Amino acid sequence: MSNVLRVGDYTFQSRLIVGTGKYQTHEIMRDAIQASGTELVTVALRRVNLNNPGEPSLLDFIPKHTRILPNTAGCYTAHEAISVARLAQAAGIGNLVKLEIIGDQDLLWPDPVETLEATKILVREGFTVMVYTTPDPVLAKYLDKAGAHAIMPLGSPIGSGQGVLDVGAVAWFKKRVSVPVIVDAGIGSPQDACLAMESGADAVLINTAIAQAQNPVLMAQAMKLAVEAGRLGFEAGRMPRRLEAAPSSPAAGMIGATQK
Amino acid sequence: MRLIINGESRDLQDVRTVKELLDVLGVDHQTVAVMINGEIVGRGDFQKSALETQDAVEIVRFVGGG
Repeated sequence: MSNVLRVGDYTFQSRLIVGTGKYQTHEIMRDAIQASGTELVTVALRRVNLNNPGEPSLLDFIPKHTRILPNTAGCYTAHEAISVARLAQAAGIGNLVKLEIIGDQDLLWPDPVETLEATKILVREGFTVMVYTTPDPVLAKYLDKAGAHAIMPLGSPIGSGQGVLDVGAVAWFKKRVSVPVIVDAGIGSPQDACLAMESGADAVLINTAIAQAQNPVLMAQAMKLAVEAGRLGFEAGRMPRRLEAAPSSPAAGMIGATQK
Repeated sequence: MRLIINGESRDLQDVRTVKELLDVLGVDHQTVAVMINGEIVGRGDFQKSALETQDAVEIVRFVGGG
């Protein structure tokens, strides 16, 4: 079962979720999505540019088998986020939502109070709610209790590429919540993704690390392999750490040794 | 009729419904969601949803995001 991720009623064969922001072109984004093997991509909701209403739709560049996860990025209150979620649903792409409510503009740090409040309401309204949150295990328990369908702690600030600063939090979350734990934000390179997965994350969400790589399509493939390797490593169970060496070759039977 | 569309004030003639507004603006119905004065208009209701002067209309669509 290493490659089945379940979020609410949805099932995904890939444990990598990919963001669609910051690509140089729609074509590069499409090719990166394909190379990543993802089955779930995030999108944002913004006003139509009335001066160029006919510009190509992002959705035309998202492969058909890929499910769309609209985010509430840019929202600062539960009220705003709920409106965006309802609008996204009205746009006709299902009931998934990535709930993201920011409480600090420079850190893009989630607002825990507004996030918990919005989670309760959106769950009640029938959304499948994937919640972007702080790496706080107590808040995670509240979100789980509120009915969140996936809990997504940040690894480090959005777009920073600093990696997963507190990878131990992943294990804390896994012990305390009943739904998938998805590391969202901060992953900068394949080793970060691999480490998050090896630590027990059910999935990772990556945008900037792929979109802003020198070769986004190649990086998408690298992330796919890193996520798979990390997951397999987690399932295999790593060896215990030791403070000192333990030889891999037999200590006995060395030539020239004297029999006593 | 004067409408506030995506925060911009616009004077439009012969626009009675959301469908007519989208057509006049040249916006594809399939890829957008619409809100009037904070109330969401369902996709099936574009044709019957009437506009009144000074209505605040939000027309949104999906763009790249993480």
